[in-house]
Amino acid sequence: MLAILVLNFFLLRLAPGDAADVLAGEAGAATQETMAALRHHFGLDLTALEQLLAYLYNLVHFSLGVSPRFNMPVTALIGERLPNTLMLMLVALGVALLLGVALGAVMASLVGRWPDRVLSVIALLFYSVPGFWVGLMLIVLFSVKLGWLPSGGAVTIGANFTAAEAVVDRVRHILLPALSLALFYVAIYARLTRGAMLEIRSQDFVRTARAKGLSPLAVTIRHVLRNALLPVTTMAGLHLGGFLGGAVVVETVYSWPGLGRLAFEAVMGRDFNVLLGILLLSSLLVIVVNAAVDLLQAWLDPRIEAR
Amino acid sequence: MGAASATALLPGQSARAAKGKTVQFLLEQEPPTLVAATHTAGPTARVSPKISEGLVWFDFDARPRPALATEWTVTPDGLTYHFKLRSNVTWHDGRKFTSADVAHSVAVFKQYNPRGRSTFSSVTAIETPDELTAILRLSKPAPYLLNALDASESPIIPRHIYEGTDPLTNPNGSAPIGTGPFVFREWVRGSHILLERNPNYWDAGKPHVDRLVVRLIADQSARAPAFEVGEIDIGGGPPVPRSDLERLLALPHIAHDRRGGDYNASITQLYFNYETASLRDRRVRLAISQALDIQRLLDSVYFGFGVLSPSAVSPHLVKFYDKSIKHYPYDPKRAEALLDEAGFHRKPDGTRLALRLYANPFNTREAGDFVKQSLQKIGIVIDFQFFDFPTYIHKAYTDRTFDLALESLSNVFDPTVGIQRVFWSKNFKIGLPFSNVARYENTETDALLEAAAIEPDETKRRDLWFRIQNKLHDEVAAVHLIAPDDITVYNQRVGNPITGVTGVSGTFADIALAAA
Repeated sequence: MLAILVLNFFLLRLAPGDAADVLAGEAGAATQETMAALRHHFGLDLTALEQLLAYLYNLVHFSLGVSPRFNMPVTALIGERLPNTLMLMLVALGVALLLGVALGAVMASLVGRWPDRVLSVIALLFYSVPGFWVGLMLIVLFSVKLGWLPSGGAVTIGANFTAAEAVVDRVRHILLPALSLALFYVAIYARLTRGAMLEIRSQDFVRTARAKGLSPLAVTIRHVLRNALLPVTTMAGLHLGGFLGGAVVVETVYSWPGLGRLAFEAVMGRDFNVLLGILLLSSLLVIVVNAAVDLLQAWLDPRIEAR
Repeated sequence: MGAASATALLPGQSARAAKGKTVQFLLEQEPPTLVAATHTAGPTARVSPKISEGLVWFDFDARPRPALATEWTVTPDGLTYHFKLRSNVTWHDGRKFTSADVAHSVAVFKQYNPRGRSTFSSVTAIETPDELTAILRLSKPAPYLLNALDASESPIIPRHIYEGTDPLTNPNGSAPIGTGPFVFREWVRGSHILLERNPNYWDAGKPHVDRLVVRLIADQSARAPAFEVGEIDIGGGPPVPRSDLERLLALPHIAHDRRGGDYNASITQLYFNYETASLRDRRVRLAISQALDIQRLLDSVYFGFGVLSPSAVSPHLVKFYDKSIKHYPYDPKRAEALLDEAGFHRKPDGTRLALRLYANPFNTREAGDFVKQSLQKIGIVIDFQFFDFPTYIHKAYTDRTFDLALESLSNVFDPTVGIQRVFWSKNFKIGLPFSNVARYENTETDALLEAAAIEPDETKRRDLWFRIQNKLHDEVAAVHLIAPDDITVYNQRVGNPITGVTGVSGTFADIALAAA
């Protein structure tokens, strides 16, 4: 963890320019005195080592420092954005898993027939087109042409909703971004499920199950699909970092006030305190998720726990 | 899901359940702070005036009109400014607005505002003989000072909140209290800023709308759909890429206004690095200027949304712009002859010399590509590098590793404030953005600039600026390219979208909304 932190710290310093450059540049007017004052204020006039030590000192005191750009504590800033991103990621992950596994199961059951072929092509398409383009096309279709869903934002601002209306409003806003983020992974999980199911179907225990007289549906779901979920869950765990990366793009396209966009804005503003905080949090998240995936796998396949 | 409730909507309406009239105002970037007293960033200048007002505001002819000051006089020597203040004004927290607030604000501008540091540098004393009178005393004339008193540049801030604090970190920057037509409610970073009608606004009856939602949409391709479906009512800048603008403006519910950019008056210029030996030769600079077909640049890269800007002063600064100056004619043959004359003959591989080009990302990559392609035709090999904004600022202004820089310069409200910084030898300052990056040095120009900065007589000052422009033109000190249009795009149902030269950086006190 400390190694990640120190590495991040020095990697970020490789980027040319600092927060004072950006603020002065944006102001379109500045004097050398104001820039020096800014640098002093943000602690940018210290040496890299002093800055690192100051950062670590803060961290030991459970503080991620103050954002020079937003003029507020990094923890508060991240705390504001984290729920939005977690919600987007979880919904997208859920959509990706549900759709992906369902499509994969359909493809595996009808292997070689036309639904399999058509779905394969669609999966390939989602796999290869970039996320921002999918996002924009969804906006054009569902917001501009059909007028069904809002084109961006996380909620309708300043509306006096009842609780039920507020939930509907949330769902309407999250649908398109979650779908844009999910489609790429739908394609992966569909192909993964299909492959795993085809492989498992030819194994002995499946033949035994069939010989036992179980219905084909029961065989597919209880024996084939359950086993096929193992590689899918492993991958989904690994992909969580990818979801966070994808969130940068999707959150930008949909003006979703989440961490991904905060990270992007922090890069553009050279706001390293914020960026370090997000990276630290992401590392923690990946560790937590990997532990969760291990537990999930033990549940899916009791052999894993036994070993 | 939820489709049933929304299908009946027409373009121009939005799925809005809130009662009362709400205007949705687009902002492209998160502002660093909501009060322009300590920062002059574009997004800040657009939001700040809705909450915090200036002493005056400027109509479409750039004439000052009363805001917090009802009357003002300047002595003929330009050294004393008298302001009579409006009497029935209260801050959003209920306190009374007085001359003490003005005095404190000017002191803050002078010490902390990036541009105010120079604008107000000659202010030596601020006197407040009574609650409704403020007097500024100057050590030398500052003929641009009155023009700086707009809300977007010099917003008056409450003394009772700022006194004894560091204005840069004062919480008022994130939750401002002002005297303006709108009261701050909330700022959800990354999402929106919510403002509500000020019921106690001094201009009774205004504002005409109940709520102003400032929506942050960072992705430029997502902004046009937001206008199309009616989720956004107004944005400035233009708010969408110029390639998308014509299509958007053609929609029946979308209107636009090309005025409202004069207070910013940005122009695109090509600067020469005078530390590069080849560029010290006027013939080389002239050759470069004659190799650029600027009309074509305007038509192709800017899609015609702008005007040619042949002089160092933007055509939008009507009082100071010398119309007689024209671009050196586009003539690649003559450009090649000039390069031959200067000793840069074509080598066997067809090239003459190599130069490095940077472009401020504000100018788009295409503008840089255009310059590169044009110059390569006359045998100048261009190494064009396009960076993100912080990298560009650092590489151009600190590292100085460029020969040509395609820069975008706000001329702002006065040439002394907006232009002098680029051509004044004393403003060659390494590491300072928008300083004299070219390292252009000319004692005669220096003298003219310094004289114009303190000349209180308007006609004489205009003559000085005409001489400066002609001198810079004769020397080809830079190639002045285009003044892009600052187009405001709005939904037809919005009335009085902009009222003066500051465009969408106005107070929005007059903005109205037709029944949806």
